[in-house]
Amino acid sequence: MRLLKEGERHRVRFTLNGEPVEGLAEPRMLLTDFIRHVIGATGTHAGCEHGICGACTIRVDGKAVRACLMLAVQAEGKRIETVEGLAATDGSLSILQLAFHRNFALQCGYCTPGFLMTLAEYLEKHPDASEQEIRVALSGNLCRCTGYAEIVDAALEAAREMRAQAAAG
Amino acid sequence: MKPPPFDYARCDSVDEALSLLGERGEEARVIAGGQSLMAMLNMRLLRPSVLVDIAELGELNYINESSGWVEIGATTTQAGLEGWPGLNSRLPLVAAAIPHIGHFQTRNRGTICGSLCHADPSSELPLCLATLGGEVVLRSRRRKRLLKAKEFQTGMLTTAKQDDEIVIAARYPAAQRGFGYAFRELSRRHGDFAIVALAAVAGGGKIRLGVGGVAEAPTVREWDDHLKDEELADALNDFAWELRGGDDIHATARYRREMVRRLGKKVIEEARRCAS
Repeated sequence: MRLLKEGERHRVRFTLNGEPVEGLAEPRMLLTDFIRHVIGATGTHAGCEHGICGACTIRVDGKAVRACLMLAVQAEGKRIETVEGLAATDGSLSILQLAFHRNFALQCGYCTPGFLMTLAEYLEKHPDASEQEIRVALSGNLCRCTGYAEIVDAALEAAREMRAQAAAG
Repeated sequence: MKPPPFDYARCDSVDEALSLLGERGEEARVIAGGQSLMAMLNMRLLRPSVLVDIAELGELNYINESSGWVEIGATTTQAGLEGWPGLNSRLPLVAAAIPHIGHFQTRNRGTICGSLCHADPSSELPLCLATLGGEVVLRSRRRKRLLKAKEFQTGMLTTAKQDDEIVIAARYPAAQRGFGYAFRELSRRHGDFAIVALAAVAGGGKIRLGVGGVAEAPTVREWDDHLKDEELADALNDFAWELRGGDDIHATARYRREMVRRLGKKVIEEARRCAS
């Protein structure tokens, strides 16, 4: 058992978008704050901080989860992916990001990292998702600008492209 | 919206966790998926002095079926259960309820036993446990005991779990041949807390209806299945009043009663259709 004392900072290590990272965190530090303020990767946004809005969605061992409902110390040894990992290393945007761009699927952009990370898992597992299924999958992410129509369009377009790319091998 | 300070223990075995709870149970909270607990900590509704993390305990991550029961370990996630190949045939009521639990991102971490321990009156898994007549397995350093849903679910956000105990498994009765199961939920948006949630079982000459989101804990009634339509309507009306639901920001008490009457009838009909 590892007993970490309150008020003290403890070493936390995990891989962030494929790169090993480490930093110090008190037990009570949220993973959102650790990623943003200790590691300095500010792509993950903190919204409601109680699991409702989905802005802080990241992937932990491949699964989309709320970073605000996880402690930094719980991320020890995990494989973490954030929005910074979506584009290729040369900076070229992913299929999903390009679809968001083309479809005007963001305005202020605050919720966007959460939507992208949600869809990154969802479309990987459900490449044939219908519009209705995508709407249900996105129900855990709030956007106050777009009215969602453009986001759903972008998701459907990205899914089509991903299927075409998979078919082309 | 940051949690208050606490010690954090990442346990490597159930015994370790139980031993820590034996010493500091009163001031401790057990965390597995944390999908309710973390939100409550962030809002500082709770101030435990130590969090006992059991999330990484592989020994509690299992779904076993034997002699008519499906037993689900404490660290099995809701997504894990959702992906269990036996779900539709063995636990059709739970299969129908799972899509209503939060969102897929919260189901990725949230656990079945965690939801039962949190005991939100509107949540789906406690309602299914109560309606099916399931039970929970509790362990402390000193003993292991089994509690029926009705004994375990004592009220809003409260259960019969003692401070030094962990709910190490939930046990749901598996579907029986010739029985039908149905689930319905009313909420403002998909994934929101239920205004009214209803679970029905029909079979063996009985109909059973469980209602969540209205009373302080899931509440179940059972009737003979040869009730005439008007007798069933009366029974549902009595049930709707007995739940003593209140007014809140989402719905009035009167609206909730009406939903129990109307959706109650629909969900019972659906369960009967599945049974035949």
